Amino acid sequence: MSILGTRVVRIEDPRLLTAGGTYVEDVRVPELLGAARVTFVRSPHAHALITGVDASAALAAPGVVAVLTYQDINDIPPPPPPPEGGPPPGSEAAPLPMGGVWQEPLLAVDRVRFVGEPVAIVLTDDTYQGEDAAELVSVDYEPLPVVVDPADALAGQTQLFPDAASNVVVTIGKPADDTAFDGCDVVVERDIVNQRVAPVPMEGRATAASWEDGKLTVWVSTQNPQISRFVMAGAFGLDPDSIRVVVPDVGGGFGAKIAVDRDAIIVAWAARHTGRAVRWVETRSENLTGMTHGRAQQHTVKIGGNRDGRVLAYRLEVVQDTGAYPRMSGFLPTLTSLMAVGPYDIAHVETAGRVVVTNTTPISAYRGAGRPEATAAIERAMDLFAGEIGMDPAEVRRRNMVPADRFPHQTPCGAHYDSGDYVGALDKVLAGADYAGLRADQARRRERGDVAQLGIGLASYVEITAADADSGETARLVVGGDGTATVYTGSSSTGQGHETAWAMLVQSELGIPMDNVTVLHGDTDAIPLGTGSHASRSLQLGGVAVHKAAVEVRDEARRVAADMMEASEADLELDTDRGLWHVRGDPGSGRTWADVAGHAGQDGLTAAVHFTEAQPTFPFGTHLAVTEVDTETGKVTLLRHVTVDDAGVVVNPVLTEGQRHGGIAQGAAQALLEEMVYDAEGNPLTGTLADYAAISATELPSFELLESETPTPINPLGVKGIGEAGTIGATPAVQNSVIDAVSHLGVRHIDMPTTPARVWAAISEARDSQ
Amino acid sequence: MTVNGATVGAEVADRTLLVHFLRDVAGLTATNVGCDTTSCGACTVLLDGQSVKSCTVLAAQADGREVTTLEGLAAGDGQMHPVQRAFQAQHGLQCGFCTPGMVMAAVSLLAENPRPTEEQVRTGLEGNLCRCTGYHNIVRAVLAAADGAEGQDNR
Repeated sequence: MSILGTRVVRIEDPRLLTAGGTYVEDVRVPELLGAARVTFVRSPHAHALITGVDASAALAAPGVVAVLTYQDINDIPPPPPPPEGGPPPGSEAAPLPMGGVWQEPLLAVDRVRFVGEPVAIVLTDDTYQGEDAAELVSVDYEPLPVVVDPADALAGQTQLFPDAASNVVVTIGKPADDTAFDGCDVVVERDIVNQRVAPVPMEGRATAASWEDGKLTVWVSTQNPQISRFVMAGAFGLDPDSIRVVVPDVGGGFGAKIAVDRDAIIVAWAARHTGRAVRWVETRSENLTGMTHGRAQQHTVKIGGNRDGRVLAYRLEVVQDTGAYPRMSGFLPTLTSLMAVGPYDIAHVETAGRVVVTNTTPISAYRGAGRPEATAAIERAMDLFAGEIGMDPAEVRRRNMVPADRFPHQTPCGAHYDSGDYVGALDKVLAGADYAGLRADQARRRERGDVAQLGIGLASYVEITAADADSGETARLVVGGDGTATVYTGSSSTGQGHETAWAMLVQSELGIPMDNVTVLHGDTDAIPLGTGSHASRSLQLGGVAVHKAAVEVRDEARRVAADMMEASEADLELDTDRGLWHVRGDPGSGRTWADVAGHAGQDGLTAAVHFTEAQPTFPFGTHLAVTEVDTETGKVTLLRHVTVDDAGVVVNPVLTEGQRHGGIAQGAAQALLEEMVYDAEGNPLTGTLADYAAISATELPSFELLESETPTPINPLGVKGIGEAGTIGATPAVQNSVIDAVSHLGVRHIDMPTTPARVWAAISEARDSQ
Repeated sequence: MTVNGATVGAEVADRTLLVHFLRDVAGLTATNVGCDTTSCGACTVLLDGQSVKSCTVLAAQADGREVTTLEGLAAGDGQMHPVQRAFQAQHGLQCGFCTPGMVMAAVSLLAENPRPTEEQVRTGLEGNLCRCTGYHNIVRAVLAAADGAEGQDNR
């Protein structure tokens, strides 16, 4: 029996549970002995000119090795010109600043554009000295007017980039066409805020570097070792071969560790510039303003349809706050537009988007990156429409979904959905949650006028995974003369369980037990080419690459075994239960992998694969959230969360469930609690974990996961991505649930996060207007 | 002080935090720093058997006392502690960064309340943040360890 699809516990865990992981801060190698500690001097102003920097007091402080500003960056080439027309499609792999007039410097030159922007770095012998010395670097600022609200950015009274024509970086879509809405019985329009949130991986950003004999070695906490290497080679004007990137354990990424940002680059530069090994590990407060944030979209939705429940027209306008510098967020509205119609068959769909700069932390990918925003918009719109025509929201969804017999399906937004059963997922969740029973409970509470009202929220979604399918992933597989296998994968883990899953794929194909499979990733000397982990791409690209490499090794082994056993290849069989090659009908003729690989020669059996997919895949599902809302205080309690997340064939249910759990929690967190808040001067008000409401165990229930596997024809394993589905489904389901709990009081919408203050205000407002 | 049964001593600056003493002096790097406001619990260790956030304890305050970190939890023969076994069996960790603190908090919780309810587990772990698991499998791991069923089916 194949090991695929079985509940295998992780082989990574004993190490992580007994010795702890080895994160960048933990790396103890000779090259980093005596490494200087890097401490950033960051702007306390959201927008200001820099009129002077005086480092003399800092330089005189104990343990200070150097204080470096932009003026010291005299040994790297100027930044390359911007790519024409903005970042390339599917550019989650290229989260670099857009360049040109929007150029993001490595260290601030003559102005700062957000609180937390790097101005200088201090190198000291130890960490505590660094904190002291950074305080002593005196920077003179001349404050400028601050733009925090994207509406003010659009108004353009204050311009962030003097050489740009406006604060608008990218404009996509077409002007509104209202004719499609003219024939509708009902049209609903609504402004919705998809608020700014912080990714908060438990390990923040961290980089160490050494420069020896013309080679730069960089240890960095990233999702993409190989891309990081090329990014730094470009930034430093170095041959990629003179850079080695090593990625040890990574304490979570969630999109915010795609490749390397300016902070990591400047730390690596400092090693080369000073010749001294360096290490930087950011503090949490630094992380909350220095690491990119996510979401930060303002939506205007317009939905029209008939009283029979059919939606005929939908429009989504997006204003993307990109923060102070347009990184990947320049591309996010494009992804939101691509997925705007969700799982529905709607004849007329329009999207438009504008990306604006503000004096806030830059926005980039965060678990879902553009798709949670698309789902939130249309799932809110579906509920608004259902409320307006007085139809059950589950029924409205069912009547508009693309039916299961119509795949592949081309959407009016330009996506090519590969496979799905959207109604099936919806019905499975409704049955699993006892939807009818929940509605009956809700009706009873409403009738009694209970203080604690019940909310039932739905979100049906389809999302895109491996959006950059064409860049693919690498795998090299070696079976040595000792019969063990080694996998070299370009798909680097940030905690998902790659080692376990890849070892399972090898065991399944070759019958080499997982215990005899070693999975290596994250060292560009061993694996020079690869893409990494983002966009829920790992299994369908990196995993399939491993699978295909195993198939190639198997084919090669068959030839070798035939030669060895003096049999024809067609007569040879591989017993994958025992890992033995034998001649058909003669089980006693068995030869082990060690035998065959030994016979193949000194290098054993090897295959190298670069697998690309013809197109991305489109997982789907439905989430149902049950909340209880205290109508006197506005307090929300998430009671239940029931989901189907269909990501095709499941290789290891333990791992996919873990991905779903984590995604649900982050989605619920955005719906209920989390928001990065700035005051009018651009000061972050949620800049520590004492202020930022990162969700805890007490605010969540156990989740109820239902199974569903609809294979994709796009790759030979039939798998899609699962990393982001939980977030995409959970966010609007929980938000819809909260609003549903108080909809009978006249409430139609509450922006996220649905804090007690907001819920209470919405109830009060609805009562006052009645 | 005694760390995982061994005596560790050094002259350190008065402001040295216990977590930095453990990591940099004792060379025990499992204990992580996840924040600077005592909010996340990644640095949780046992001080005289009680869980503390070692980012908010001075090394000097641990002078002469007994500290247990994740590295000191397994038995001498390498056999994992029931809570460690439960975390693996129930997939209670992903990236592993919060794990050392989470495991130590769970050990402390079970020492105080050997048969907690799910709600008591969630309340007991409120000061320990995890960003990967949604807490679902962490809670199950703690409940399984309490039941002495840590190695059983993880469905």
